[in-house]
This record gives sequence, C-alpha cells and structure tokens, in this order.
Amino acid sequence: MKRITTLNTRDLARSAAEGGCGECQTSVANQACEKKRKGD
Amino acid sequence: MLHQYKLNGYNIVLDANSGSIHSVDEVAYDVIAMLDAGMDRDSVIRRALESYGHRPDVDRAELEELLADIEALKAEGKLFSPDLFGENASDYKNRDACVKALCLHAAHACNLNCSYCFAGQGRYSGERALMPFEVGKRAIDFLVENSGTRRNLEVDFFGGEPLLNFETVKRITAYARSIEKEKNKNFRLTLTTNGVLLDDEAIEFANRECHNVVLSLDGRRETHDRLRKTLGGGGSYDLVVPKFQRFVRTRGERGCYIRGTFTHYNTDFTNDIFHMLELGFTELSMEPVVCPPGEPYALTEEDLPKLFEQYELLAADMLRRSREGRGYTFYHYMLDLENGPCIRKRISGCGSGTEYLAVTPEGKLYPCHQFVGDPKYLMGDVWSGVTNAAAMEEFRACSAYSRPECRSCWARLYCSGGCAANAYHAAGSVSGVYEYGCRLFKKRLECAIMLKAAQAEAAPEGCGAGSEASGRDA
Repeated sequence: MKRITTLNTRDLARSAAEGGCGECQTSVANQACEKKRKGD
Repeated sequence: MLHQYKLNGYNIVLDANSGSIHSVDEVAYDVIAMLDAGMDRDSVIRRALESYGHRPDVDRAELEELLADIEALKAEGKLFSPDLFGENASDYKNRDACVKALCLHAAHACNLNCSYCFAGQGRYSGERALMPFEVGKRAIDFLVENSGTRRNLEVDFFGGEPLLNFETVKRITAYARSIEKEKNKNFRLTLTTNGVLLDDEAIEFANRECHNVVLSLDGRRETHDRLRKTLGGGGSYDLVVPKFQRFVRTRGERGCYIRGTFTHYNTDFTNDIFHMLELGFTELSMEPVVCPPGEPYALTEEDLPKLFEQYELLAADMLRRSREGRGYTFYHYMLDLENGPCIRKRISGCGSGTEYLAVTPEGKLYPCHQFVGDPKYLMGDVWSGVTNAAAMEEFRACSAYSRPECRSCWARLYCSGGCAANAYHAAGSVSGVYEYGCRLFKKRLECAIMLKAAQAEAAPEGCGAGSEASGRDA
C-alpha cells in the first residue's frame, strides 16, 4: 500500500554542481530560477 | 534533519537538507517520527502494531514494506539526508558575487503620512530630497560597471513616493533603456507606489516600462485609513483604491502586487485580504509590520496564535477558491518546488549589501532600503563605489548557515537566514536573529508546502508528485 507520496522537488545537490548563474530576481522560497523559467 | 507537521488534513514530512517533501499517511508519519527519534526497527514495528494493529491495512508485512520504502528514500537522499552544503556555505555565497540590483530612492519625500513607515514619512531621518537625474544616471552606470557578466539587472524606483519625482524617473528609465543593447544588459524596472499620483501618464509609463509594480493598500477602509493618512490627517483609501482598480484593469499579465501591512490593530488580516479580492485584486502580498516594540500598532507575543490561525485560514481559503476556479495569489504561498531557487541562491539570500544596494537622492550607497540613514552602514557612493569594507564584510558573512540558530533550523534553505535589516533592528546585529519573524515565516512556509501537497494530490498522475522512487527532476 502506498503510504508516502514524494512531491517533485528540485535536486539541490545537482543545482550545486550546475552553479548559480545569478540571473534570477533579487528577492528566497518564493523566487523562481531564471534558467528553469527559460527552460535552459 | 526532518520537520514533520499536520495541517488541513495533510501529514507533511520535510527533509530539510535535501529539500525533499513527502505527503504521508498517519502510519508513515508516526513511523518516520519514531525512526527520527532513534528507535530501532523492531521497536518501531512493535509500537506501530500497538497503535494501528487493529486496522485491516496494518500488519507486520505492511510495516516491513513501509520500512523498505523509507530505506529506499533514504538511499536516494530524500529522507534523513546529510547536509551537503553547510561546510561550503561562504563559497556559495561569495562565488562570483557582483552588484545586480539597486533600490533607487527617487524621492526622500512622501505625499502620505503613514504611522508605521520605516522611512519616517519618506525622509529617512533626513531632509526632504528628490534625486537629480545626474545621480540616477550615475547609479545606472555604477550598476552596469559593477555587474560583471550578469545580464539581468534590476532597478526599483522607491521612496518615499517615487512618483513625486516622476520626470526624473522617466529620464533615468530612458537612459537605462538607451544603453541596454550596447552594454548587453536587460533592465527589469519596478515601481513601488502609494498610488496618490497614479494618473494616466504614470499608468502608461508603468505598463510600458515596469516588470513589476507594487501598490500599497492595507485592506479594508478602516484598516487602511487608520495608519495610512494624508498629510492633512485624513484617510487615503478613497484617494487610492479607484486608481489601483483602474491600473490593475490595464495591467494585463504583467506583474503587479497589492501589498499590505498588517499590525496589532488588524490581526484578523485575512479579512483585509478578502476585501482586496472583493475590490478585484488577485495578486496579493500582506506583510507583518516591523517596528519598535513600544509602538501601539506593534505585533505582540500574544498576537502570534491568532496570526498562525489566520495564515492557516488563508491557505484553506486559497485551496477552496482555487478548486472553485477563482484562485488568487498570496506572495508568500508562491512556492515553485521544481523550478525554484538553486542552492547558491538559497544560501545567499536577498543579497543585501553585496548584490543589492540602495541609492539615496544624494547618491549614497546603503546595504538596502532599510539601512538608509544609518551612518554605520553608509557603504560609499555611486561615484567612488563601495568604500566601507567592514560593512560589506558583515553582509558577505550573512548566509543561511551563518547564525547558529539557522544551522539547526529546518527552514534555513527557504528563508536563507532571514532579513538582515530585521535582525539588526530586533537584535542589534545583522548577524542576529529576528525570532518573531522566524516564527511567522515558518508558519507561512508550512502553509505553502501544504498547498503544494494538495495541488499534487489533485494533479493527474505524474504531475507534481512522483512515486516513492521518482520524486525529483531529471
């Protein structure tokens, strides 16, 4: 029986490897990632 | 580090270090809590059977299966995960840091006299002043010169009331636009206004040039007029609401927030939000007042249970209206779990004093708009740049991990260590903690995550929620 539903969340470890581009808006929880927004 | 809570019928487990979020049934909720408390596998099964063994869906085999699922999530780094980022927090924060945003104080003057204004009726403890075009132009050049390879640059026209200096705002905007192509920059301009001067020309300007506009309205007439008064002492509700309604009608899909402040006088602030909805506004932000504790409108310890209740009520209302097809946006409940900020951003926070600076009408630089006028935090000016190295170092040191309280807090990768200005005013240091604000933030975050769990539950299979083994982006 399925008792745990895991929400889709951004892989933070992977985002560390990608490095921050700094192009996102200066606000952080409510912010969007510019790369993700553009679909890069 | 786990954070578990129950809200609105949802049982939430947040794995703080990885950012993974799980919506679970009550059996899994208790089993995870027991494991987190250090209980061994056999004890967990025994205790779970004592609590739930009477249910047809709970037996030893079921619990073994649940424990296997939990182990799988642990192996994937989604439960009981280690902290991978704390050791290198300062590297994340200061790697490739450059200035990318300015809060341009177009006017240290205001045409309203709001009691709670942190800027002291717009003058920031100084004289009335309007920013000359030459200062604004130099500020734009300063931003370009100090922005490195950043392409997206932000300028917020702020005050006081920036529309008191509208001609200069327009000239600064025209200058910024004129150099965009040559400098390979994209200026995202925003405007924060009380609305008194929001006439046809200002609306046309904002719709043409501004990426976002923030309109100050506290909600119900009696709430708004109690603290947002004209210079003559009257209320300003009737003066600004029709202008806001007109503006929002012309705004289309572009960003525009109605931004209110709630105080001790309206701890039932959801009623102010509902009033904003009645007025036709759907992009809303409502912030707790931050002020010295002796002020009569200051929020108190006794207010907190009511405020928590209000945040929960708001979340439930948003969920209900969304299901009815008439949803609205509350800024603090906007959470993009899949496309939200990267770890560098989460650790760095708002960037005040490093990526983000405020510019006064005289061209002086401060870490952000809330430090303007404090001589300790005068950072330099737009001609000489940042010359106060000690102040800059203080802000470079601020991160989601710089305070002991934050290192052990489940919300640190969402609040990034909180607002330095609030910490400074509450605790006397930018590296302090504004604990009251933390408690409100955590409640808002719990509500926002609950809403995401509800959305995932309602979404078609594969949208918003993964299975036990496929919950992250590819």
